[in-house]
Amino acid sequence: MKRQVHIAMQVNNEPVEVSFAPYKTLLEVLREDLNLCGTKHGCELGECGACAVLLDDLPVLSCLVLAVECEGRRVTTIEGLVTYGRLHPLQEAFADLGATQCGYCTPGYLVTAKALLDEHAHPTRDQIREALAGNLCRCTGYQQIFEAVEAAIQSSAERGEAKLAPRSARPEEAQP
Amino acid sequence: MKENTLRLIGKPRRRVDGRAKVTGQTKFADDIMLPRMLHCKLLRSSVPHARIVRIDTSRALAHPGVHLVLTGKDFQVPYGILPVSQDEYPLQPEHVRFVGDPVAAVIARDELTAFEALDLIDVEYEPLRTFSTPEESLEHEQPRIHDYGDRGNIHKAVSLAFGDVDKAFAAADEVFEDTFFYQGNTHLPIEQHASVAAKDPDGKLVLWSSTQTPHYVHRAIARALQMRPAHIRVVAMPNGGGFGGKSDPFHHEIVVCKAALLLDRPVKICLTREEVFYCHRGRHPVLMQFKTGVKRDGTITGVHLKTLLDGGAYGSYGVASMFYTGALQTVTYHIPTYKFQGCRVFTNKPPCGPKRGHGTPQSRFGQEVQLDKIAEKLAIDPAELRLRIVEKPDTLTANYLQVTTTGLTECIRRIVAASDWKTRFRKLPHGRGLGLACSSYLSGAGLPIYFNDLPHSGVQLKLDRSGGVAAFCGATEIGQGSDDVLVGCVAEVLGIDPLDIRAVTGDTDLTPVDLGSYSSRVTLMMGNAAIQAAERARELLADAVSRKLEIPKGRLVFAERRVFDAEDPDKGVSFSEAVCLAEAAFGTIGTTGSYTPPKLGGRYKGGGVGPSPTYSYSAAVVEVEVDASTGWIHVPRVWIAHDIGRALNPTLVRGQVEGGVYMALGEALMEEQEFRRLPKRLSDALVHKFPSILEYKSPTTLEMPEVFTELIENPDPRGPFGAKEAGQGPLLPVMPAVANAVYDAVGVRIDEVPITPEKILKALEAKAAGKSPRYGPAKFADVPWPETLQVPPPWEGGDGKAINSPPKAAKEPARKSPATEAVQS
Repeated sequence: MKRQVHIAMQVNNEPVEVSFAPYKTLLEVLREDLNLCGTKHGCELGECGACAVLLDDLPVLSCLVLAVECEGRRVTTIEGLVTYGRLHPLQEAFADLGATQCGYCTPGYLVTAKALLDEHAHPTRDQIREALAGNLCRCTGYQQIFEAVEAAIQSSAERGEAKLAPRSARPEEAQP
Repeated sequence: MKENTLRLIGKPRRRVDGRAKVTGQTKFADDIMLPRMLHCKLLRSSVPHARIVRIDTSRALAHPGVHLVLTGKDFQVPYGILPVSQDEYPLQPEHVRFVGDPVAAVIARDELTAFEALDLIDVEYEPLRTFSTPEESLEHEQPRIHDYGDRGNIHKAVSLAFGDVDKAFAAADEVFEDTFFYQGNTHLPIEQHASVAAKDPDGKLVLWSSTQTPHYVHRAIARALQMRPAHIRVVAMPNGGGFGGKSDPFHHEIVVCKAALLLDRPVKICLTREEVFYCHRGRHPVLMQFKTGVKRDGTITGVHLKTLLDGGAYGSYGVASMFYTGALQTVTYHIPTYKFQGCRVFTNKPPCGPKRGHGTPQSRFGQEVQLDKIAEKLAIDPAELRLRIVEKPDTLTANYLQVTTTGLTECIRRIVAASDWKTRFRKLPHGRGLGLACSSYLSGAGLPIYFNDLPHSGVQLKLDRSGGVAAFCGATEIGQGSDDVLVGCVAEVLGIDPLDIRAVTGDTDLTPVDLGSYSSRVTLMMGNAAIQAAERARELLADAVSRKLEIPKGRLVFAERRVFDAEDPDKGVSFSEAVCLAEAAFGTIGTTGSYTPPKLGGRYKGGGVGPSPTYSYSAAVVEVEVDASTGWIHVPRVWIAHDIGRALNPTLVRGQVEGGVYMALGEALMEEQEFRRLPKRLSDALVHKFPSILEYKSPTTLEMPEVFTELIENPDPRGPFGAKEAGQGPLLPVMPAVANAVYDAVGVRIDEVPITPEKILKALEAKAAGKSPRYGPAKFADVPWPETLQVPPPWEGGDGKAINSPPKAAKEPARKSPATEAVQS
């Protein structure tokens, strides 16, 4: 029996080839085979949202995605939010405004919020709540997270920045 | 230091570890990957209470990829967080006490192989009677879950009287008696516990772990593995949430240490979410009864509180938890006569321990709901009633706790104004309501967990010629911002930027002892130690600079990375030059600071739980909307005011307060640790009803109300820059405020948490049927209380000692323990 599978994918805008046992989830491959430990896990059953990453720019729970399904696809993790040494406005706002306490759920929030802002430049508080409802945070009480997302919207607008990363194809348009 | 000289303290600012957290670079225990690392999994008991007849590990050992299988016989010495409850083994040798109790460990090349091998271990159990409730444990003394404790399955029972409550009730105009039940719940940190152990290149043991208490874990490993403590290094990694759930030394920590020593390879364990539910150490379910005598104006004449705690299967912090259920009533309100009876029993469930608020939220709930009932009966506004009875500053309470400053009156005034209480309470349309409650909490336990007279926190500073400073402290960053407090205090005193300081924390090899991130102690204790260390360094620098510039020391200012003349700010040197001058004059510049709490507390047995250098205070108003047809509760808004003394970094303090409100709403409305028996045809086992995040409901972004937070700043002389705690106190008033708001909305009393739609409907049905409009326990349990210890309160001439000495409860001989203190020396 072949013990390892081998795939190529785009991780944080870099081409990556990786071999791993076929049962592994995207979460496990990111953390254990690609050393991208910024993505966390809290249940490995799709309940907590800590492992969220962007798959072709849409948030997914990486603990529920088999890595073999990711051949040829684009994955963005927390490590991919910093561009040329500059933090994403969401990262700046989360750090400044107390939206991160223990920091364990934070990567999941940041990638999920990034997907939201890439889709809607000016979401309302209710849309922010809705978008982040699949991510659990036990520290903050969420309020400073909402405020940080709103501040990031504001600071992006003030800096005249459109989306930091180019908007990509929807999953149905992506390569199978 | 004068307030107007503060540059950094009190101003909102990015936490020092903020960048690491938002870039995903904060390294948690499970992020440690070492060459040649093996993986460990624990086999946990599938039965709730049994003797282990036989364990056969041969098939597991033969499984390809398995390196080692450990069982109870590999560990000879019990351990436990409290010296009086050394009742745990890393793997149970002969007696399992709950579904989830570890019995064997497999160490294999990867997690999957270890999991596979668990199925190959054969364990034969001889089942014992299972105790699922405290009442069952009280009823049957045999079989005993533990062979220590007061008697039968009672772990500990106490009876304390501060004055004569019967006289106090006789002198009252009204006497109220109410029974409440507070369901247990768990911490649910998003990070699952993880640990990695390895032999370092010198052959000594290192453990990296998600723990809130590296110092206590250090001691527990030395004891359980009978090792020289100087050859053990425990590194507390930043915790992905703690809330008290990572405060005990855990089985898995000791097991991976043993395995790493035997195999001479790094060994990692990361618990599954299900296992985190079994580790637990969360909120004790508590049945309680409050009997309170009041005068017509609301003045309390006396309180008699009885609590019964469901401790689960082990001791953990339980004796302290039990005392805490009775400790802080007097710190919140003036209670001239007080009697407390508490009892903790063992049951066959995961052990309970300290969760945010440790033992105090349960009885806080009861007292605050009862005060709401008292206010209604006496026709006094509930806010006004509390303003009349708040404990006064600079008071020694009936049970000998010392209140220094209190901002509770101001807290109540602020939330009353902010919530428009006076025009809305009892005046909102049916289905909408407001409720109010108050609380107090420790800013650090006044006594350590094991007896000693050493400092509770130490800070060491090393000043570099570059102007950089390294700050070392054993305190553990669990998200609360302890690294930021450390750095903030040092930066303030030395006049440098927080980023010029490197915090090295939670490492028993490198950092001075700090007892750990529990009891809301770190800000106050580490903060004071940090200020002392920084002031000593500033003194050395000031000496050298004053000589060089010929300016009197008293005129020197440390600010903006400079040391300069207050009268001529251009005359000065850079901070790095100041360090060089001092180094030239005195040699290498390093200083230490430490903090030991003042001697506090009464000298009666039990007087050690409750004392704190100072107490924080909170008050909250909760608004609810209740649908009377479905019982559904919605909380749109919460107003909370917290007496913080001084907010060192208001951004972080606000986060602690609102995080407390959030966790409180979870407890109030949905979170519960529930158990059920499997059908007889299966195994009759008592199992956790839903050990998963999906089924253990907690509030999401959609349930979280708007929270209006006010910080009341009245610097306390004992706090660093006047600061008190923020991590636990603000949780406390929220649960009773929800219950009181439900009453305001639909006129039914839910004397129990969580307050679920089902309970509201039952109470509404009772009300419609003309019965008592209430849902809650009917009566308190039958507890065989020990003879009461009589401690006259200060105003009756007491000196904090008991005036009688009741005979000790008959005890079994102490369990044989090969552990000796000799290992520690």
